[in-house]
Amino acid sequence: MNRIHNLFGRKKENILSIYFTAGYPSLDDTTQIIRHLDAAGVDLIELGMPFSDPLADGPVIQESGQKAIQNGMSVKVLFEQLKDLRSSTEIPVILMGYLNPILQFGEEQFIEKCVGTGIDGVIIPDMPLPYYKEHWEQLCRKKGLSNILLITPETTDSRIAEIDVNSDGFIYMVSSNSITGSNKAMDLQKGYFERIEKMELRNPRLIGFGIHDQQSFDNACSYSNGAIIGSAFINHLSKEGTSADSIQKFYKKIKP
Amino acid sequence: MQSFNPTEAGFYGEFGGAFVPEMLFPNVDELQREYRSIIHSDSFQEEFRALLKDYVGRPTPLFYSANLSSEFNAQIYLKREDLNHTGAHKINNTVGQILLAKRLNKKHIIAETGAGQHGVATATACALMGIGCTIFMGEVDIERQMPNVERMKLLGAKVVPATSGSRTLKDATNEAIREWINNPVDTHYIIGSVVGPHPYPDMVSKFQSVISEEIKAQLKEKTGSSEPDYILACLGGGSNAIGAFYHFIDNGKTKLIAVEAGGEGVHSGRTAATIALGRKGIIHGSKTYLIQTDDGQITEPHSISAGLDYPGIGPVHAYLHDTGRAQVVSVTDAEALDAAFQLSRKDGIIPALESAHALAYLPKMKLRKDDVVVVNLSGRGDKDMMTYKKHFEL
Ligand SMILES: Cc1ncc(COP(=O)(O)O)c(C=O)c1O
Repeated sequence: MNRIHNLFGRKKENILSIYFTAGYPSLDDTTQIIRHLDAAGVDLIELGMPFSDPLADGPVIQESGQKAIQNGMSVKVLFEQLKDLRSSTEIPVILMGYLNPILQFGEEQFIEKCVGTGIDGVIIPDMPLPYYKEHWEQLCRKKGLSNILLITPETTDSRIAEIDVNSDGFIYMVSSNSITGSNKAMDLQKGYFERIEKMELRNPRLIGFGIHDQQSFDNACSYSNGAIIGSAFINHLSKEGTSADSIQKFYKKIKP
Repeated sequence: MQSFNPTEAGFYGEFGGAFVPEMLFPNVDELQREYRSIIHSDSFQEEFRALLKDYVGRPTPLFYSANLSSEFNAQIYLKREDLNHTGAHKINNTVGQILLAKRLNKKHIIAETGAGQHGVATATACALMGIGCTIFMGEVDIERQMPNVERMKLLGAKVVPATSGSRTLKDATNEAIREWINNPVDTHYIIGSVVGPHPYPDMVSKFQSVISEEIKAQLKEKTGSSEPDYILACLGGGSNAIGAFYHFIDNGKTKLIAVEAGGEGVHSGRTAATIALGRKGIIHGSKTYLIQTDDGQITEPHSISAGLDYPGIGPVHAYLHDTGRAQVVSVTDAEALDAAFQLSRKDGIIPALESAHALAYLPKMKLRKDDVVVVNLSGRGDKDMMTYKKHFEL
């Protein structure tokens, strides 16, 4: 049992997960933003590890990543920043990023560092399932690190069943056929959301991509255990800053 | 036909595979399941061969260059891919992929392009088949390869500038992949080289392998032996190189030499010499060598040639390099320019800047009089006239 399992054990609905890019807007903002999100009442944090070529991301996350890399962010620097994470917060934290920087850091060392700093799970979109099973699964299981897998409107039922068996913590439901930050109409996805709801999966589900305000959050929550907001929060940080007040204000817009 | 194949999952040794996010899984999975049976079917091969012959203009000649032969003291042949319709080898692949897309019922085509040759070849195949297409091209490349941008537009393609990163081929590829994520159902992505997730490297290799198939037959006719001592090709992603190598990989005799873009010099910080500087990692969905920082951020490359200005190489070339089957070398921008100038003046052929890289390795080789050397002249230089004008003060 890690903090993700605990969260979903005690809370079944309206879970709010926030994504932001580590090292943005300034290199040393990372841990402070985590603390402010926790204080504001957010349930779960996805911490993005910036990559030069983020294939699944739209302009907002791309640009924040570019800036973070310029600021000096890297996997190594991030783990240094997270050294004392668990002395100040118990909010579940997931690291999200692409495989290449992790390969260069060293995969085993990466898992060790996650566990050592109190990271609860990982989302690595471009890591294929067979690769995970061969190279990661055993170690993740042993260390209690969750690997969260994605599904999309085009994922077939049989693959969803396979993903449900292999995903740990929850399933990340990508809301539409899109990269992050797109606002393809969420109401068009009703059929998809309902289809997944009926499948009665083992894992809880969070819906992400394109969630940006109270209405889209509530809509997503009506089909799932909660939702994930990324680009809209990063836009907010860019405009309103990283203070406790600013982050509280963002939270209130989503959950008044 | 000899064949050189990756594993079922698309690996050449440890290189290749399909490292794609779930959003791309259905598209890539569909291609993986369908491509072999489609491209090896009789009806496909018939249509493909007929188009290569009557539309593309194949077989392309194998020209014995008496001038280069005496200059470099060997028997030097040029495989004239520059004489293909649209001016480069790229169309061998786009004709194959458009036929595949039609059989998969795709309604729209997207592609990335560096030099614009692949973009033009894609726009051409799409015009022929009456399918709409969108081409992604880095802003920097749009500027330096303007004639090709205008050709694509005349052919009916929409050209979208890639404005992120180094604004060259890598970034155009990122944008094309994002577009594919946004339109997964009825869009086919025609990748222009042996890069990207499985099955692209294998599929593109197969379409380009016609180059070495012809070289073999033509050499046999001209020299009595179908096996040259050397084959030289420039290496961007590696499609013309694998096409020229393909049918010689299994013979023990022919030395395969791939020439990367050294840019301003391998250690200048402005280079695209992937094998010289690269470490193993993942770029555009496949495991291969790529130029990157210690932290795993992909480096912005540099080459005077837009088609070679890419920080990775196809996984098949990573494998051929690691196993010692191919030798990967590099030449600089300046050496490529000299070679282009020399071929123009000596043989009356203006090569593409990419192809000039292969030519530029000739003076660095230790050749014997009876060595048979085939240089794959992957494209013609019309698109590079602006660069040539600037450097030669024409
Ligand atoms: C004439 C020509 N040669 C070579 C290349 C490099 O590509 P590849 O390495 O896939 O052959 C290009 C790419 O645009 C090209 O236009």
